[in-house]
Amino acid sequence: MNAGAKFAVGAVLIVGSVGYLMASGIKETGQYFLTPSELSRKVAVDPTFYNVGMKVGAHVVRGTVTKDVARQTLQFQISDGSSSYPVTFHGLPPDTFNDSVEVVVEGRLHPDGVIYATNVLAKCGSRYEAVPKA
Amino acid sequence: MTILGTLALWVALLLGVWGAFAGFWGGLAGRPDLARSARNAVFAMCGALVLAVVALEWALFHHDFNVEYVAAYTSRNLPIFYTWSALYAGQKGSLLFWATVLSLFGSLAQVVTSRHHRVYLPYVAGVVCAVTAFFVTVMVFAANPFARLPYTPLDGSGLNPQLQNPGMVFHPPMLYLGYISMTIPFAFAIAALASKQLDSGWLVAIRKWTLVSWLFLSVGLVLGMWWAYVELGWGGYWAWDPVENAALLPWLTMTAFLHSVMIQEKRGMLKKWNLALVIGSWLLSIMGTFITRSGVISSVHSFTESPVGYYFAFFLLFAASASFLLYARRLPLLTAEARLESMVSREASFLFNNLLLVGVAFAVLWGTLYPIISEAVQGVKVTVNAPWFNEVNIPLGLALLALTGIGPLIAWRRASIPNLERQFAVPLTAGAFTGLVLLLAGMRDLYPILAIGIGGFVLATVIQEFVRGTRARGRQYHEPPPLALAQLVARNRRRYGGYIVHTGIVVLFIAFTGMAFKRETEATLRPGESATIRSPYGWTYRFTHLGISQYDQLNRQVTAATLDIRRDGKRLGLLTTEKRQHVDGLGRPTFQPSTAVGIRSDPLEDVYVVLAGVVNGSEQAVFRFTINPLVWWVWYGGMIVALGGLIVMWPGGGSPAVKRTEAGYAVRLVGER
Repeated sequence: MNAGAKFAVGAVLIVGSVGYLMASGIKETGQYFLTPSELSRKVAVDPTFYNVGMKVGAHVVRGTVTKDVARQTLQFQISDGSSSYPVTFHGLPPDTFNDSVEVVVEGRLHPDGVIYATNVLAKCGSRYEAVPKA
Repeated sequence: MTILGTLALWVALLLGVWGAFAGFWGGLAGRPDLARSARNAVFAMCGALVLAVVALEWALFHHDFNVEYVAAYTSRNLPIFYTWSALYAGQKGSLLFWATVLSLFGSLAQVVTSRHHRVYLPYVAGVVCAVTAFFVTVMVFAANPFARLPYTPLDGSGLNPQLQNPGMVFHPPMLYLGYISMTIPFAFAIAALASKQLDSGWLVAIRKWTLVSWLFLSVGLVLGMWWAYVELGWGGYWAWDPVENAALLPWLTMTAFLHSVMIQEKRGMLKKWNLALVIGSWLLSIMGTFITRSGVISSVHSFTESPVGYYFAFFLLFAASASFLLYARRLPLLTAEARLESMVSREASFLFNNLLLVGVAFAVLWGTLYPIISEAVQGVKVTVNAPWFNEVNIPLGLALLALTGIGPLIAWRRASIPNLERQFAVPLTAGAFTGLVLLLAGMRDLYPILAIGIGGFVLATVIQEFVRGTRARGRQYHEPPPLALAQLVARNRRRYGGYIVHTGIVVLFIAFTGMAFKRETEATLRPGESATIRSPYGWTYRFTHLGISQYDQLNRQVTAATLDIRRDGKRLGLLTTEKRQHVDGLGRPTFQPSTAVGIRSDPLEDVYVVLAGVVNGSEQAVFRFTINPLVWWVWYGGMIVALGGLIVMWPGGGSPAVKRTEAGYAVRLVGER
């Protein structure tokens, strides 16, 4: 076997392992990214769609935030206009979290209809731009 | 001044369009008058854009809040330092910054390029003018930084507090400088393709530029990590966010290019690959700008969606198809002059290094775009997160790290068994020994052991090279070791500077492993109460909450908690961690509160304390305590990489013998045609 052919074998090995790592990883760690209405449609079609790791992007419903600083618990409603879900989060919310931001909630929907979040990311319009005054 | 600024933008736009046209026409038709005109267009465009920057800074410093940009990003009570940097704090200003710096780099390229490479310059002027014209077009038609408001607010909205951090003043321009300077190598690549002057001349002309760009990107990446670490308060420095990935992608492909270019210089191979890497890196850098501007990919920190995204998408498509069309037409001229002779050779190890770097880049790009890809293919958005990126990239990164040690030591063409023994006996022993020590010390985690073990191997190869080189030089010139070492590095800057970069990379990899041992706990404490956390080294930290103080500072109200830290009972000192509420000129709160993390750093581990909140009306506070091992080394590893890069770039140097061989190679090429 000449060097070119040997190199081709090595190259195929590298490309193959990159591909394998990517594909297997997506199966294990990929998460759905849904809006509340997509989530409610999913749940309607497939009633077992609970306890699946996912991210839900929506805006916080104004006036629904209750914060218990001492117990580090945060409860709020998220909505995209047509569907809404209550969220419970135990931990420290990001600085940018308030009741008028877009959030990405990472967590699981339980059969009681509440999303138990493991992480809440607040998406201010931009990290570079001022929050528009309401 | 805004009239002057807008006028300057229009002038720059017209000059850019003319320069692009004149550059290519002048080059293709061989008309020196047009070529000269294109060159002058670059200088004039640069002048007009600098004038526009001056106009915008003028408006910023004079608090002309009738200008929308000034009102949106500054306020009367913003510290001067940040008023100045507000130039690139917002979308419109950063576009102006981009265009101006590009025209400066373009002018510099016209001036400093040696006369051997004059033939490329008209095309280079053409490309620089075209790209600058695109950015100016976006400003003039979609994002004019000089736009005025129909009324004049009393005060501006102020700068986002997260940007009021020294790291943020230097990090974006560094990254931008990296992105922007990438245009010059790209312009030379296009010039080489357009002019059909495809010998190694264009490579020599761009080597320094690629290094400049690579160095700025490296420094920008590390500064960005530092900013995220000290300012965002989530306890880490890299989250595989799309914006971070966008900056990493061109860095990876440029690193690949900086290695494979050596194969082309020495052996005349990989011409097609190298051109594709240069073009690809530039497209990735534009895509990076696009991702951070358009909001196509949901990122925690993307700019708001705006029409600017469409301009970028169109430009990206146009630039990609134009460059690859030209590339495809020139493929027959890009044949290799040599073939791979053995798998055990430096060429082969560099090829694998390139494949791995591009593989990592591909995986990162795929992961970043996966929400879009999955939505298009399966109709449902699926995202991949940090665990996925780590799972894919850690094994690939370790293989790359190993090649960092193997590549430089293995012989060109074909390595012999004695060569391998001579080069690798000591380093392999050192690496195995490092791994063994870790095992005996009780470490049982596969990846960290591999990373540190391979790191030990690579460091040993570097030390071996320095020792052998110093000894050989000392014998030959009868110099004492310190002088011999200094002369060795000074005379072979590229080689030994490269080793220093490798050392920095090893330090970074070892520092990254520290995050595998991160410890974290949260606690709600009243004054006098304390919390404990065990560090991975087995120490116990005890934090005692001493109380809350509130005071005004510059343009903010500070709530600070002070903690007493003890390690195994021994007092380490006090640590303060703050929550800041920024205020406007009238003392009213602006923006959400921001965090100033309390960090105590030493070479072994960082103590990282975030004040999450204070229970209303009391001194009871919620804290998050994190122990981050080895973070100190990330910053120092970054500095070592930058130092190595500077040594490689430093002008002059290179022994006369090396220069002669390089010249000889060029002559041989000319003879072949």
